[in-house]
Amino acid sequence: MKKNLLISLKLLLYLTVITGIIYPVTMTLISGLIFPYQSKGSMIVSNEKIIGSEIIGQDFADNRYFTPRPSAISYNPLPTGASNQGPTNIILKDSVEKRKKKYIKVNGLSEDTHIPVDAVFASASGVDPHISVENVMLQSNKVANTRNFDENKRIKLRELINRLIEKPQFGIFGEQRINVLLLNIELDKI
Amino acid sequence: MKVSDFLQIGLYIFLLIIFTPFLGSYMAKVFKGEKNLLTPLFGKFEKLIYRISGVNYEEEMRWKTYLFSLLVFNFLGFTIVLLLQLFQSYLPLNPQNLPNVPFHLSFNTAISFMTNTNWQSYAGETTLSYLVQMLGLTVQNFVSAATGIAVILALIRAFTRRNGNSIGNFWTDIVRSILYVLLPLSIIMTLLLVSQGVVQTFSSYLNITTLNGTQQTIPLGPAASQIAIKQLGTNGGGFFNVNSAFPFENPTPVSNFIEMLAILLIPAALTYTYGKMIGDNKHGWIIFSAMLILFITGLTASLTSEYQYNPVTGTNINMEGKEVRFGVTNSVLWSAATTAASNGSVNSMHDSMTPLSGMVAIFNIMLGEVIFGGVGAGLYGMLIFIIITVFIAGLMVGRTPEYLGKKIEALDIKMAITAVLLPSAVILVYSAIAVVIPQGLSSLNNTGPHGLTEILYAFSSAAGNNGSAFAGLNSNTPYYDINLGIGMLVGRFGVIIPALVIAGNIVKKNIAPVSAGTFSTNSGIFVVLLIGVIIIIGGLTFFPVLTLGPVVEQLLMKSATVF
Repeated sequence: MKKNLLISLKLLLYLTVITGIIYPVTMTLISGLIFPYQSKGSMIVSNEKIIGSEIIGQDFADNRYFTPRPSAISYNPLPTGASNQGPTNIILKDSVEKRKKKYIKVNGLSEDTHIPVDAVFASASGVDPHISVENVMLQSNKVANTRNFDENKRIKLRELINRLIEKPQFGIFGEQRINVLLLNIELDKI
Repeated sequence: MKVSDFLQIGLYIFLLIIFTPFLGSYMAKVFKGEKNLLTPLFGKFEKLIYRISGVNYEEEMRWKTYLFSLLVFNFLGFTIVLLLQLFQSYLPLNPQNLPNVPFHLSFNTAISFMTNTNWQSYAGETTLSYLVQMLGLTVQNFVSAATGIAVILALIRAFTRRNGNSIGNFWTDIVRSILYVLLPLSIIMTLLLVSQGVVQTFSSYLNITTLNGTQQTIPLGPAASQIAIKQLGTNGGGFFNVNSAFPFENPTPVSNFIEMLAILLIPAALTYTYGKMIGDNKHGWIIFSAMLILFITGLTASLTSEYQYNPVTGTNINMEGKEVRFGVTNSVLWSAATTAASNGSVNSMHDSMTPLSGMVAIFNIMLGEVIFGGVGAGLYGMLIFIIITVFIAGLMVGRTPEYLGKKIEALDIKMAITAVLLPSAVILVYSAIAVVIPQGLSSLNNTGPHGLTEILYAFSSAAGNNGSAFAGLNSNTPYYDINLGIGMLVGRFGVIIPALVIAGNIVKKNIAPVSAGTFSTNSGIFVVLLIGVIIIIGGLTFFPVLTLGPVVEQLLMKSATVF
């Protein structure tokens, strides 16, 4: 019994060194060498300043920009979180109705427009970086009008949107989507 | 659903079937202590670990010594994780200067990781330092998975040894599982995940000014190395609060697919290992197919529910609590896999799923985590159901039940029933108490039948050592932290102890030759019977409470009732 207790202590110690120190530290070093950009958070640098991570969504309330998905944490990932409202939750029902009305009003759409579900439902992480292509298309007039784009710039905007569409990986994995932050960064350059 | 949705599901199941014999036969070699692919690399290192720890690797243990070693080893692990949290502010590698974790939360998290549950009452990015995540959680991710494998290995030896008295060596089982299986797979997976954008760094969190001019703090950390083993070891405790929904934990559809495959990879392959080690490959596939049938049935029901019209919100697709890059299909596939295996990681919020999808998730857990189940744990859970099944079959034909030539007698049945009843009792008794006392009800995020499901899910997840949640329930209260902790302990050791008692009893018996009257466990009839027993036991135990929760909610949702 005493012998096994001692073995237990020693073994746990050595396994802690292997799996808790050597493994993560080595992985950090190797990742940093092979994938320096990804391992440090895919940070976008502009004028020598980090303006965000490519894969972490940011809040854009301004009509000059494309609006990302509703977020339960207002895009502040400390901590990350979701609404966790169930399908019969009255708060969810009210939120969805409000978001639909607002979406129709802000984008100048007709009442019977089919609103993309990603525009009315909050994401799981609270920082979903993407929205659907349909959602981007419906917002493009709002953005172009607010920025007083002429016809030439509107064409450029359409080209930009088409360029930024992310297809399913290898043709089958995941959904077609557009990264809102990347889109808005490029939008400022038009 | 689109064509690509079916393709992804098809590919997922196809790859699962393909990997099973490869990984399965490799593991069989490893666990028998034979020369394998990685022996040239780790062979000497393995011996070195034994030598410096004082392990005699040729020594065999009786079941009591095996169990004692397992319990001591687990208890020490629990103590270390507990202490690391209680004193994290005095320890290094805490760039955010996070304070010490309160006792009830430390207690819950330490039990949670020791028992392979990995329930998250904590939010990683705002509660735990990098040191605790590495030295505490990552280590337990490895050793708790290895503990599950050790128990199934003990049972395998019990069924294959004739008139024996020992069931193997716990220390070598643990070391071999980690060194030859869990660690190499984790290394490969870490690099695959980082290539997709999962973070792996010791930098402190970044404070940035966004394009819009607002402030955002971006949490970072050595996440990929922990996420790899979290998925492979059916652990499921996220580095970050929202687990694999957070882009730094699961950035692309490809990382998502890899993480999903990793959930079922080892539990599925272990069925082949099992067949190989008992010298009956076909029987391994028989168990595999019973699991796969249950899995696909649940998945189909869940998908149907999630793509239905919800009159409350007036939408055809439910995207609440889901990420655009995954969409509905990948979120549902994940939820089915993570609850079938006792993984418990999530890439969408189960709390926001439609009632029947939520019911599939919770029912997968309630069935005892045997649809592939936890690493090792799923298979020994399944063996317990097999024992019950051959017992019932024996009753029908009036013969002493046998399994793999070993007679199943009173003690074995008593233990098997104990292992089924204890976790079920935790779920029902604890939920019944929680719905009538203020400490239980004040944590709810949703009311009406959905509230009942939130509580029920919490205790099911604890008892099944799953770890996923209807996360709206605020479980970080002394009441839930302590009681869910106790639930996890009963759910884990309430099965492991009976399983090892069975191993100790079975190993002593002689192996009877197959005769004309032997009930074949390699037939389609056996698969049907086994699935029937699992469903009937689970159904009879939980049907009433599921009716009051998700079933009622479904009916009310269809009539647009809200709470």
